[in-house]
Amino acid sequence: MNKHLQAWVRLNLAEGMGISRKLELLRMLKTPEAIFEMDRKDWDGLGLKPAQAESLLSEDKLRESAEIIRMSEKKGIRIIPMDDEEYPELLRYIQDPPLVLYVKGVIPKGLGLGIVGSRKATGYGMNTAFRLASELAEEGFIIVSGMARGIDTAAHTGALHAGGQTMAVLGCGPDQAYPPENRGLMDRIARNGAVISEYPPGVKPQTYHFPVRNRVISGICIGVLVVEAGQKSGSLITAQAALEQGREVFAIPGNINHHTSMGTNRLIREGAKLVLSIQDILEEIPWSLSALPVYRKSSAPGTEPLSREESLILQTLRAEDLYHDQIAERTGVPRHVLFAALLQLEIRGLVRKDLTGRYAIVSDR
Amino acid sequence: MFSRVSTCGLTGLDGHLIEVETDISNGIPAFDIVGLAETSVKEARERVRAAIKNSGFKFPDQRITINLAPADIRKDGTDFDLPIAIGILVAAKIIPEESVRGYFISGELALDGSVRSVPGMLCKAIAANELHYSKMMIPAQNLPEVSVVKGIEYFPVNSLKEAVDHFSGEAAIRPAELLEVSGKSAIPSGLDYSDVRGQRHAKRALEVAASGGHNVLLIGSPGSGKTMLARRLPTILPDLSFEESLEITKIYSVAGMLPPHTSLISERPFRAPHHTMSAASLVGGGRIPKPGEVSLAHHGVLFLDELPEFGRSTLDILRQPMEDGFVCIARINSTITYPCRFMLVSAANPCKCGYYGDPVKPCTCSPREAERYLSRLSGPLMDRIDIQIQVPTLQYRDLESSKPEETSAEIRKRVNRARAIQKERYRDLNIFCNAMLTGAMVREYCKVDEEGTRVMRSAFDKLKLSARAHDRILKVARTIADLEESPVIRAPHIAEAIQYRSLDRSFMSWNSD
Repeated sequence: MNKHLQAWVRLNLAEGMGISRKLELLRMLKTPEAIFEMDRKDWDGLGLKPAQAESLLSEDKLRESAEIIRMSEKKGIRIIPMDDEEYPELLRYIQDPPLVLYVKGVIPKGLGLGIVGSRKATGYGMNTAFRLASELAEEGFIIVSGMARGIDTAAHTGALHAGGQTMAVLGCGPDQAYPPENRGLMDRIARNGAVISEYPPGVKPQTYHFPVRNRVISGICIGVLVVEAGQKSGSLITAQAALEQGREVFAIPGNINHHTSMGTNRLIREGAKLVLSIQDILEEIPWSLSALPVYRKSSAPGTEPLSREESLILQTLRAEDLYHDQIAERTGVPRHVLFAALLQLEIRGLVRKDLTGRYAIVSDR
Repeated sequence: MFSRVSTCGLTGLDGHLIEVETDISNGIPAFDIVGLAETSVKEARERVRAAIKNSGFKFPDQRITINLAPADIRKDGTDFDLPIAIGILVAAKIIPEESVRGYFISGELALDGSVRSVPGMLCKAIAANELHYSKMMIPAQNLPEVSVVKGIEYFPVNSLKEAVDHFSGEAAIRPAELLEVSGKSAIPSGLDYSDVRGQRHAKRALEVAASGGHNVLLIGSPGSGKTMLARRLPTILPDLSFEESLEITKIYSVAGMLPPHTSLISERPFRAPHHTMSAASLVGGGRIPKPGEVSLAHHGVLFLDELPEFGRSTLDILRQPMEDGFVCIARINSTITYPCRFMLVSAANPCKCGYYGDPVKPCTCSPREAERYLSRLSGPLMDRIDIQIQVPTLQYRDLESSKPEETSAEIRKRVNRARAIQKERYRDLNIFCNAMLTGAMVREYCKVDEEGTRVMRSAFDKLKLSARAHDRILKVARTIADLEESPVIRAPHIAEAIQYRSLDRSFMSWNSD
């Protein structure tokens, strides 16, 4: 068994001390193996409490680390410690980086951009996240998100749709599909990027994992785009973490009357960059993007010209998501034409009808 | 001392002759009723004894045996009180035997000797007519409902004394003048679609539903007006024929639910049972089965609010009756059939708390709950619901709109026309509206033009509609074409029909590619 890897895992498992304390130990002793190979008597010089030293050196933890490594191998999960070349570069420099990442797939090299938002997203949010994620992926960004329901799912799907790379940071072991309906998505992310977690395989999702996980999402990225967030959304924690880590925070504005956009609108008021198109993101990125690989453009949704009514409807939907009745009233398109026009727009992938019956723009021509 | 009096028993909606045989003989005073009498019939002993005494007659201090023939059919209900009392008085020689011949007698007795109304009198009158009885003595309160059955002389009575006086010739009652058949609805009417502001899309969908007899699911937040829309559906359904009215009235008569002074129900019923209702009250049940909600909604609307809250087993029971148009309730000694050809209108919140996607009120469900809520509805039931639409929450501004709203009468004109077209088209078949088309009939009668076929095909490819939606869309499109009096289904009809299949779209398909 790889001694070096096991030492990392074992150090990671130690309880009673924070990541910064462990990093301090590493700074003093250079390698994790050195910590465990030290003489017992030299321990006093490190200033550890007895309980901390106990947990660090306990036999249980040794066995546990061996078990984790064995499990990971069996499940095809790779363990990437901080000193590995594959470890995301930007993540190393945050205050409390995960010592070890459990990875399914291969962590792609390049600039990460986080796209996060509400799990209970509206059609507007889902469509925006999907479209911007695919456009940014086409520009060569790695789309990083949390694989949760709602915006996260739309962001990953958008990146995959554009043939781009994407990373999911989980709040559970990378062998756990959570939410379960995203199992298929998880496999596709692993094939086109990586599913990563600081939790070893077998760890179930816990509510307190997710806020901790959010710092990793922002830590990997140069910036975080919040697409849709209510007042108490977890994506606001990600935005906060991004600020603390010195990352850019972007936000999509929303209807001020909708509680679903309250969080993002507040972010904008507090100084987050308002995003209308990916240009608003690109111009904030200091790095040269020309070196990054550009992925194939997806085919444009339908090239036939729109009818007068269809353009009128698109025009009207630009302002907000609308019900059938509201579209009829605002455009004045007669009923039998409206049904056909809406169906055409839907078929061509330009608008989408959500569960509440509202029509929303997916892609603007 | 023996007597025989004719009365009527009911099995479901069918009446049959029952003879009340009374024997009075010497012996220890006793009063027994035999012939598979249920508790409510056995209790007639006490009512009859008191009623006879309190009407001023002497109750015989002898051994009285009553047999209800045929003795192998179970008898239930209180309508044997009056014939039993008359039977005893005939056997006691207070009433001359020949005077009761040719009479059908039915009614419940109060202890003071007054006669109370009983359920199912309409069905009994129909049975009497079929059995060629020409005279019926009935409770006066039941007179309105029997007035549609001509050819019988009705002798309405208010008390046992009146009945006895009539038979003994002391004060003969003249046969009742039959009331003009006056229709009366089973529900308080006065509802109209012009009461509903806005909601053009939903109203149009309901117009289509009414025209083709399609079942409907309305999805929307609490307060969006789902119930208001559903409640007005009977006002745009086609006018009832006399036969349909009679069928409805029979069911209500048997259920004892006819409104007072009603001879014929002429408006389509609207039934809205609560979701805590038992399976037996939905399809009908009881030891002597009574009609359930599905039958009370016969030729009308069965409204199931909060559809996902209904127990799965309750909803699954609905499937067979919806398919067949009748319910069959089997009991050890009889099988009772009640008709139940109703339109199902169901309503559901988009999620458990009801506010999923509401712009103002936050939804408190977890995303998982929200997504699971509607998918809980059983597939086979959803297969029988042709139209699924969302009902938007109205903002105050929309309520203010001053545009005049269409009245139900205007909408019903169009519905009647579309129904007439269907009736004509299906005259050789056993069906009368598009919703009843079977798979093979859909292929024969739902011809789509070229453009429409193209739209249909691309919609299926791009919108990932489920395969089972295909025939439903064609049926609804057929109805829309009928509303426009178009013999072929054209592209706009298909487009509209697809918009009424809201749940087929894979909203949750973000994670599947």
